[in-house]
Amino acid sequence: MSRNLRNSRNLKDNVLQGLIWASAVFTMGFLVWILFYIISNGINHVSWSFITDNYSRIDDSSGIWSMIVATVYMVLLSLAIAAPIAIMTAIYLTEYAKPGSKLVQLVRFCTASLAGIPSIIYGLFGMTFFVTVMGLGFSLLSGALTLAILILPVIIRTTEEAIMAVPLAYREASYGLGASRLYTITKVILPSAMPGIVASIILSTGRIIGESAPVFLTAGMVARIPESVFDSARTLTVHLYMLTTELYTQRDWDMAFASATVLIVLVLSINLLTRLITARFNKR
Amino acid sequence: MFMTNVPQAFKRTSGSSLSRQGGIVSRRRELTEILFQGLFMLSAFIGVLSLGLIGFFVFKEAAPAIEFSGIGGLVAGTDWLPPALYGILPMIVASLLSTSLAVITGVPVGIMAAIFLAEVAPPLVVKIMRPAVELLAGIPSVVYGFFGLVVIVPLIEQVFGVPSGSTILAASIVLAIMILPTVITVSETSLRAVPNQYKEGSLALGASKVYTTFFVQLPAARSGILTGVILGIARAVGETMAIIMVMGNAPAMPEGVLDSARSMTANIALEMSYATGIHSSALYATGVVLLVFIMLLNATLMYLNRQTSK
Repeated sequence: MSRNLRNSRNLKDNVLQGLIWASAVFTMGFLVWILFYIISNGINHVSWSFITDNYSRIDDSSGIWSMIVATVYMVLLSLAIAAPIAIMTAIYLTEYAKPGSKLVQLVRFCTASLAGIPSIIYGLFGMTFFVTVMGLGFSLLSGALTLAILILPVIIRTTEEAIMAVPLAYREASYGLGASRLYTITKVILPSAMPGIVASIILSTGRIIGESAPVFLTAGMVARIPESVFDSARTLTVHLYMLTTELYTQRDWDMAFASATVLIVLVLSINLLTRLITARFNKR
Repeated sequence: MFMTNVPQAFKRTSGSSLSRQGGIVSRRRELTEILFQGLFMLSAFIGVLSLGLIGFFVFKEAAPAIEFSGIGGLVAGTDWLPPALYGILPMIVASLLSTSLAVITGVPVGIMAAIFLAEVAPPLVVKIMRPAVELLAGIPSVVYGFFGLVVIVPLIEQVFGVPSGSTILAASIVLAIMILPTVITVSETSLRAVPNQYKEGSLALGASKVYTTFFVQLPAARSGILTGVILGIARAVGETMAIIMVMGNAPAMPEGVLDSARSMTANIALEMSYATGIHSSALYATGVVLLVFIMLLNATLMYLNRQTSK
């Protein structure tokens, strides 16, 4: 090989190698930039009263307590609706249905399609079906039902994987001892698959907290603590969006940064929690 | 799949042989078994039912607008002037333009970062970077939108000297960051799935490490990487709030990337809360067009998956 050729090859290699490193630095850089920029501008305005005060544009208190409560309600209600359905679906797909049957294919196709639908379409659907056709109005319940469908594919998929990872020997042992199918599922398979299921539920919690478009189309944006599931509710993400549409004074900016900081801290903690649970799961 | 195959066979026999011996207790037990099997099956159909309902309602609500302006008037109409004209071509163009720009810039970076994670990075760096990429995926889109609004929009105003930085370019940059985690995660997984022999063979033939990565491993992983790219496109086309916050939302035909524009998703989200009659129906029609795009992407994805499993 001539020296010239080798040199040009080395150069090409170095350029590509450089691009690879640059891309990695770029990716990490953006993450750090976003986190640092928002938190450094917001953390000074996150006070105890900011978190525990109610929001009101009239007497100028801009606390986010009602949004936090609404977000928690939204998470709990959506999960209460979606998790049982999704887990039972996963049990059916893995333990009852014949693998590869038409029915399994249909269910799989539908959940995969659901996962691909943009969230704004869920908002449109929720607004017609839950808000208008079912007459639930702009309410916590309409929002939760809409979000429940949105997170259904996530929980089904991960629960299925968790159940399939349960060793075959567990089932054989249980059946060998004369246990029924239902008993085996509730006492052997589900407990073994629990860490995976919990991880998927936390993952969906993050998804519910992060969604905004389908929420404000179905749950509305009234910034008050909802008193029943039929009350309108404004979640944190919707609140941040509302704040950005009316940024006039320095105070408006501060409050927006503070709300974004709270959101980021929330997402960070959920991320850590998922990580801890999956780490424990893998150790077993 | 094969895991569930085996117990299936003997579960059936064990159940029936038990019931033959027993009296009332096992009869009741069998009833519970059947009841729960029914319940599980019913749950499985809720997903199917939801998809059906979503499709039905979105198309049904879009029908009056399609009747009012015709498919041509909607899809090829350049003016959005409710209640007279419902042309959504400007929104289609805006969505496609911002998405393609995001893909052109985001995908190469994403694939290179995936190569970094799969081949170049030392284990310790991987341990830090992978959770970071996951975090990037978990940040809510309003936060991305807010970041775009306070950082990228003013930056564009300064650099290009335009009166308003809320432009297609701003949206593309935000979208490019947002699709990074999807592209990286899927590409890294498929790069790692490439058999080690490919790499060893190439290295043994005297190819350099970088050459091997780009010309042996990358082509071998291409269907997986393409899946990541398609998922990224789907995320970009369907993104709503982040785009509303940085693209300006003018429903006119964009003349360049430094123009304000309104995406299909933004059109729905912005006007849905007050639209009535044909106007509201036209927003559903916008949703139908969006769904058609997503269906095309999904069909491509399924085709790809079938190719790889063959």
